[in-house]
Amino acid sequence: MWEYTDKVRDHFMNPRNVGEIENADGIGEVGSLACGDALKLFFKLDDAGRIADAKFKTFGCASAIASSSALTEMIKGMPLEEAEKVTNEDIAEYLGGLPKEKMHCSVMGREALEAAIAYYRGIPLPMAEGEVVCECFGVTDIEVRRAIAESNLRSVEEITNFTKAGGGCGKCHERLEELLREARHEVQQIIPDKRPTRLTNIQKIKLIEEVLGREVRPTLRKDGGDIELVDVDGDFVIVSLRGACGSCKKSQTTLKEYVEKKLREQVLDTLIVEEGK
Amino acid sequence: MNTVYMDNNATTRVAPEVVEVMLPYFSDLYGNPSSMHTFGGQVGHAVDEARGKIASLLGAGPDELIFTSCGTESDSTAILSALQSSPGKRHIVTTRVEHPAVKNLCENLDKLTGHKHKVTQLPVNSDGTLDLNLYEESLSDETAIVSAMWANNETGVIFPIKEMAEIAKSRGILFHTDAVQAVGKIPINLSQVPIDFLSLSGHKLHAPKGIGVLYVRKGTPFVPFIIGGHQEHGRRGGTENVASIVGLGKACEMAAKQMQDENTRVKGLRDKLEDGLLASIPSSLLNGHKTLRLPNTTNISFEFVEGEAILLHLDRFGICASSGSACTSGSLEPSHVMRAMGVPFTAAHGSIRLSLSVYNTEAEVDFVLEKLPPVIAQLRAMSPFWQGEHKGKTGSSQCKCSCS
Ligand SMILES: Cc1ncc(COP(=O)(O)O)c(C=O)c1O
Repeated sequence: MWEYTDKVRDHFMNPRNVGEIENADGIGEVGSLACGDALKLFFKLDDAGRIADAKFKTFGCASAIASSSALTEMIKGMPLEEAEKVTNEDIAEYLGGLPKEKMHCSVMGREALEAAIAYYRGIPLPMAEGEVVCECFGVTDIEVRRAIAESNLRSVEEITNFTKAGGGCGKCHERLEELLREARHEVQQIIPDKRPTRLTNIQKIKLIEEVLGREVRPTLRKDGGDIELVDVDGDFVIVSLRGACGSCKKSQTTLKEYVEKKLREQVLDTLIVEEGK
Repeated sequence: MNTVYMDNNATTRVAPEVVEVMLPYFSDLYGNPSSMHTFGGQVGHAVDEARGKIASLLGAGPDELIFTSCGTESDSTAILSALQSSPGKRHIVTTRVEHPAVKNLCENLDKLTGHKHKVTQLPVNSDGTLDLNLYEESLSDETAIVSAMWANNETGVIFPIKEMAEIAKSRGILFHTDAVQAVGKIPINLSQVPIDFLSLSGHKLHAPKGIGVLYVRKGTPFVPFIIGGHQEHGRRGGTENVASIVGLGKACEMAAKQMQDENTRVKGLRDKLEDGLLASIPSSLLNGHKTLRLPNTTNISFEFVEGEAILLHLDRFGICASSGSACTSGSLEPSHVMRAMGVPFTAAHGSIRLSLSVYNTEAEVDFVLEKLPPVIAQLRAMSPFWQGEHKGKTGSSQCKCSCS
């Protein structure tokens, strides 16, 4: 059973603004029967360019219906330029949150709005231009890239939750991994990164030793523990925890949440720290 | 609010009579059935007695039953045992509509056993039935075991297990059936059906959750899954779940007595419900064969609406059902059973399963017949695909990927 907020339940049970608008200024249609959810959004502008009325028709689960209803409530009265800035996160927030597996419902709302605005302006929909990454759900790379950037997605599973891409046959998972990697590099370009992009093994080991010596070991020693670097194999950093740390039940947490984090921050963000047997 | 429980393929109410016979084993009769003293010994007798009742429901010998913790454990035990006892054979035949207990196991055997296995998942027809010719062709000298469910949990469709088992036997191939949904609902007589392994689960027939049985035919090679003490003659270690075993014995005894009622009155209620819904709701389709089916199950698709939305509306009236829609399964695609049957996408997302039991009444059926049609109408009024005039025709959109 999904944990829906009262707001989601309310908008599902008593959806606002269901229907169609005749002679609508904007009409946006996204999703399909095959995909399991679809939304058709209509809006009408007043003379001042504000959204005077918005209506929807939705096929889908409770959160799809609630997201559509919420969207229409949110944009009514907004100038078009402002409506344009509504994101899926705004829709989810309006509803008091959505289960993470259901975030794609809010994304669908936002995309329908974009489609309706593009229709009004008589321009092609930017989303549809890209390369179709997920054939099962017809999701393009542009949609995936944007979701990664805006919602700070970090795994294929998260991409699926937000865009549905990868939720069918799974053939596109590799491509999605690639997009994630690309996005990470973009982020690195924006925030200047002092770390060298390529390290020789020797450099890597030296840097790791340095960070362990400077930060990690002193902290662990305070709790009566210690750490030793055993081996570095590609991205795998094998260490052994000593003393109080080694027997501590939390040693896995220490390893991942502390040691790995430190090394990723200061050496290479792909490193995986494991304890040697 | 009254609960109208029509989700008996998910789990069933523990019969009050079952609870009653179990209670002493939580209090006064706490002995270990393996103990030497009379105090434990009497508990051992109760286990034996229950074993006898279960065996008699199945037409099996008491020694052919092994108590397990659930249907899933029984399934795993049977399949892994067969693979270990015929190590030279690396082929399994199963179907595309098995419960995850069998399906996921078969799909992940490589990881578990460290060997490559070839798994044939037989397709089903659009009504969920199996093609015996395809089945026969799929068998080879390499085949270690066939695992096919007796009755499907989503649609209730019954496979021709007797014929399938006979074919396997004639080829010297072990045969397992997941009869979790069949036991207690339709007559089963293992003295007439040459299967090697059968799985059942207590909580589907008014016994508690957490008790299962694996039937292993006398003479069938067996390799234990859970290894430990000498319980179950060394075939399954672990101190017996006595209270649940006693409860399961009682539930089987009751099931035998109620078999007639299940297949007449309950079936009548199911038919009334099904016929009523199909008649009053346009563009609704039955999923599964009309007659080769469990007496308690109906699975109907309502086109152009989505299952989770239907369930939540029903929930408001206290009606418990389930759906094969993507959203309810937590995945993004409709259930593997609906996909294997090739249910059109217009309909697969809107499938609802109602599964009855002897506790359901005609008043409850009438209540669902009253509440469900307006829910569908309301959701359709909101659906961009609903034209009001579909006349039962289905859309043409299909899954574009090559997975199914
Ligand atoms: C056909 C089938 N097999 C196996 C199982 C699993 O049984 P259990 O829940 O006892 O592990 C179920 C129940 O969900 C089932 O319907």
